[in-house]
Amino acid sequence: MVEYVPGIPILKPYIDADNKAYWDAVKEEKFVVQQCNKCKNYYQPPRPMCPECLTLDTMEFVPSTGKGEVYSYIIYTTDKMAYPAMKIPYAVMVVEMEEGVRITANNAPDIDTDEIYIGMPVEVTFAKIDDDLTLYQFKKRKS
Amino acid sequence: MARKILEEYMNRKYDADIKPKPALNMIKDKTAIVGIGETKFTRGSGRDEMDMACEAIKKAADDAGIKLEDIDGLETFTLDRTAMPFIVSTLGLKNLRFASEVSFGGGAACAVTLHAAAIVATGVAKNVVCYRSLNESSGHKFGRGDGYAKYMLTAPTPHYGYTFPMGFCTPLSWAGAWGRRWMHEFNVSYEQIGWWAVVLREYANKNPLALFHNKPMTHEDYMNVQMIVEPLRLFDCCVDTDGACAHIVTTAERAKDLKQKPVYILGAGQSAPIEQEIQTVYNRPTIAGLFETWYAAHEAYRVAGVEGKDIDVAELYDPYSLGGIMSLEECDFCERGDAGNFIEGGDNIRVDGKMPTNTSGGLLSEAYIHGFNLVNEGVRQLRGTSYNQVKDPELCMVTAGPGVPSSAMVLRN
Repeated sequence: MVEYVPGIPILKPYIDADNKAYWDAVKEEKFVVQQCNKCKNYYQPPRPMCPECLTLDTMEFVPSTGKGEVYSYIIYTTDKMAYPAMKIPYAVMVVEMEEGVRITANNAPDIDTDEIYIGMPVEVTFAKIDDDLTLYQFKKRKS
Repeated sequence: MARKILEEYMNRKYDADIKPKPALNMIKDKTAIVGIGETKFTRGSGRDEMDMACEAIKKAADDAGIKLEDIDGLETFTLDRTAMPFIVSTLGLKNLRFASEVSFGGGAACAVTLHAAAIVATGVAKNVVCYRSLNESSGHKFGRGDGYAKYMLTAPTPHYGYTFPMGFCTPLSWAGAWGRRWMHEFNVSYEQIGWWAVVLREYANKNPLALFHNKPMTHEDYMNVQMIVEPLRLFDCCVDTDGACAHIVTTAERAKDLKQKPVYILGAGQSAPIEQEIQTVYNRPTIAGLFETWYAAHEAYRVAGVEGKDIDVAELYDPYSLGGIMSLEECDFCERGDAGNFIEGGDNIRVDGKMPTNTSGGLLSEAYIHGFNLVNEGVRQLRGTSYNQVKDPELCMVTAGPGVPSSAMVLRN
């Protein structure tokens, strides 16, 4: 569960031409990943060119299953290294998605920081942080 | 590409496609570090970074036995906040003909020396000074969420947009994520990693330059100290320091006539092998290892014509304990996945151990001058003037920041 400290701004994603569609989808509570439509490899973060095919026009965003497993994680247990806008403790999970890419996000309200383990099945959910910002988080997954 | 790099890395077989012949390398044996200097390391300097940079540079010139006006090249980090033109006018560097900055924070720690060496070897300048000055303790803190984040979310680092909004914006926490995966895959315990901090503190206790001089810390103290970002404790963190370091690079030919015993640059390299971000390198084939450290170290070894087993003393960039510990594997001082066992009990990295490591106390217990103090300690070891002197070392390995585009070098006496 992530709780915010009122009055301190959340840092916003850096949006450019390569990742605009990714963040636009998140705003609509859809989770997409970038794929090269030639070699079918998935990439994160989004980029302008496929590093395998060396093609500039084959990259597209496709829906993700939203499912994955915790690959690694950290827990902010003191405020020394945490972001001041967020109350401790909070976790950041590095999740290996079914597509193979790894996504970093916070724990959703249904996951306590001390429940997290490597290999834990999780899936994407969304949290509307403010009028301008929606973020994905990871919640527990049964199947 | 990803598969090839993974195979190369996992099989421990450095096999770059483009390999300039070491015999053609113009810095190998032909360039040297001839002067070192540093300010007092404090937790509140009460001084400007400019002021400290000038002191460190002046001391390095004095140490080398050259006049300041003989310095005709300047090299630092892009993150350095000193005004380079003002340093030139303050120090009276009227012959300046080369100036440059290297990017990517601590990853530049050996790259600055490499660039300076390339410049003197090719005759662009004669004496290049590399310097780094920072008030990490009393001023701008790179290690903290608010300070670092405000500064870094820009066009050259768009990937931070996938971590900063989640409150994931400090170097210690990024390292915690790859460190935990490494600990998980190789069954490494907290008890084992604690020995890194303990041995480095032992070194610092004998080093009067160190911030933690005369401040003992036991393994029990380590285990009892608070977690900052799980899996890393307070004593796994580098020490926020105010201070500056400098070293002077010239040709081996010129070095012969100077005051100090030259420390030659035998090999050096930079690297940014795969899915390179600034520490948030989670989309690599594995994060249970430091690709850039392995590649930079092996390029340095290849040019130098040596292997890990030939190295006598190591100064490994440890912004947090795990960065240094995992680098032991990447530099071939132990098998991949075995660094936890290697440092257990501490003897292997003590001064008479298999690989004496971070003999000044490193970034954890001497000072955090973005790796520059490691270079100075490497030079002292090869001159025979360290406060924790290894017996007659010939070769010293120095590495730079892990998780970022990095660099490494092999020095010889």
